[in-house]
Amino acid sequence: MFEIPDDRKYLESHEWTTTEGDAVKIGISDFAQDELGDVVFVELPAEGDELAAGEEFGVVESIKAVSDLYAPISGTVTAVNEELFDAPELLNDDPYGDGWMLEVEPADTSEFDDLLSPEEYREQTE
Amino acid sequence: MGLRKPPLYDVHADAGATFTEFGGWDMPVEYDSIKAEHVAVRESVGIFDVSHMSELEVSGPDATALMQRLTTNDVTALEPGDSQYSAIVNDEGVIIDDTVVYRLPDRDERVYLFIPNAGHDEEMYDRWTSFRDDWDLDATVEDVTEDWAMFAVQGPDALDSVTDATPDAALDDLSKFQATFADVAGVECWVARTGYTGEDGFEVLCPWDDAETVWSALDATPCGLGSRDTLRLEMGYLLSGQDFDPETEPRTPYEAGIGFVVKLDTEFVGRDALEQQSEAGVDETFVGFALLDRGVPRHGYDIADADGEVIGVVTSGTMSPTLSEPIGLGYVPVEYADDETEISVLVRGREKRAVIVTPPFIN
Repeated sequence: MFEIPDDRKYLESHEWTTTEGDAVKIGISDFAQDELGDVVFVELPAEGDELAAGEEFGVVESIKAVSDLYAPISGTVTAVNEELFDAPELLNDDPYGDGWMLEVEPADTSEFDDLLSPEEYREQTE
Repeated sequence: MGLRKPPLYDVHADAGATFTEFGGWDMPVEYDSIKAEHVAVRESVGIFDVSHMSELEVSGPDATALMQRLTTNDVTALEPGDSQYSAIVNDEGVIIDDTVVYRLPDRDERVYLFIPNAGHDEEMYDRWTSFRDDWDLDATVEDVTEDWAMFAVQGPDALDSVTDATPDAALDDLSKFQATFADVAGVECWVARTGYTGEDGFEVLCPWDDAETVWSALDATPCGLGSRDTLRLEMGYLLSGQDFDPETEPRTPYEAGIGFVVKLDTEFVGRDALEQQSEAGVDETFVGFALLDRGVPRHGYDIADADGEVIGVVTSGTMSPTLSEPIGLGYVPVEYADDETEISVLVRGREKRAVIVTPPFIN
C-alpha cells in the first residue's frame, strides 16, 4: 500500500502538488519512487523558470529507468530543492517531505480543479 | 508468444521481485533495491537466478573438432573440469555470442558443456548441428537449457555460502574457471568458480526440478538482473546483444577488447577474417569512460570528441553504485582510446564532459 497524503493533488503521471499558500510544492509520489527504484539523478528547472501545466519540466532517472516529469500546474519556480542533486535518494526515502522538487508560484489556481484528488489517484494506483 | 520462465518464478514473485523480459525470459530484475543488491555482492554475498542462460552439451568422437571449429578459443587446452571464456563468430569474424566452454570430468571421451547467453539456445543448436552435418562430423549436440537451473553465488563470502551447502566438496581447491560435480543439499550439481561480477564466486547448475532445494540451501542475498548489470558494468564485462550484436552492433573480438580469446593457430569459422584484422589493426575499440558532469550515460547515446563531433556510441551505462559516479562503455576510434582522453557524451542532446577510463572502474 502506497502512501497518498490527503493534503495535496495528483497527476496521472504521478507528480503531486500542494494547494495552499502563495508558493506550492511539487514532487513525485510514493508509488512513482517505488516504481523507479533507486533514484540516481534529477534534472530540474532553475529558479525563475516558467512551468506550463501538463508540460515536461524535468527528468528523474533511476538505475533502471528514465522518466520525464510533468508540471501539475502553471507558474513560476520560486525555489529548487538543490539537495536532490547530491542526494537523489531523498526521493526514495521521503517523496512527500525532504524529497520535494520545486516551489512554484501558481499562475492560475483554478488549474487545481483539473488534478486528481487523493481518492482518485489512489484508485488509479490500485 | 509467451515468455519462458525460470523454475523458481513463483518463489521470486513471492519474495517481492519485479520482473523484466530478457532474451525471451521473464526474469527477476530487482527484489528490493538494485543498489542494496549490488552492495551485498561487493561486500558479502548475493545469489542470482540465471536460469535463462543457455546450455548445450556436445559429445561423441568429433566433439572436440566441432567445438574447436565453432569457437575462437582453443578447446584442446581444456583439462577435465577446466573452462574457458570464448567467442562464437561468423565468417566475417563478427561476434554472434560469447560463452564459457566447460570440459566435463569423469568421462571416457571429451564432453563439453557450453553456456551461450539467454535466448541463444535454439540458434546455437541449429548452428552446431548444421555445421556438424556439413562437415560430416560424428558428434551429439543436445540443447539442455531447460534441464538445468543456474544460480550465480557471488561476493567475498561466496565460498562460505556454497561450502556450507556442500560439506563433502573441497571447493576452495577450485581455481578460477575450474569446475566440479558436487553434492549441494543432496542434489548433484555442476559447481564452477566463474562469474560475471568481478568478485569471487561460483556458478551452480542444478537439475531444473531440484532448483528450489538448491536455491534455499544457498545462504545469500537474492539479487536480480539489475544489479547483475551494474556489477558487470563496473568491471567492463561485455553484455551480449548490447555491447556487441551481429545485427545492431557488429563487432569482432579485437574491437570488443576480447582478442585474448582468439587463438589464430586453431582452425575455426571466421579465423581468416580475424587474422587479417589482427595484422591490419582495428579502427574502433571498446572503451570505458567516466562522466565528469551530472547525468547518466545510457545505451545508444552518442559519444563526441572535445569539439562536439560525434565519434562513437555508448553501448552500456549506469550510475556506478560503488563509486556513485556515472560510468559507461562504448566504441570510439582508436586514437581516442587512451586513458584520460577527453570526450563528451550527448545526454538528451546536451554535452556532458567525460574521460576515457580503461575498465575495471573499481579495484
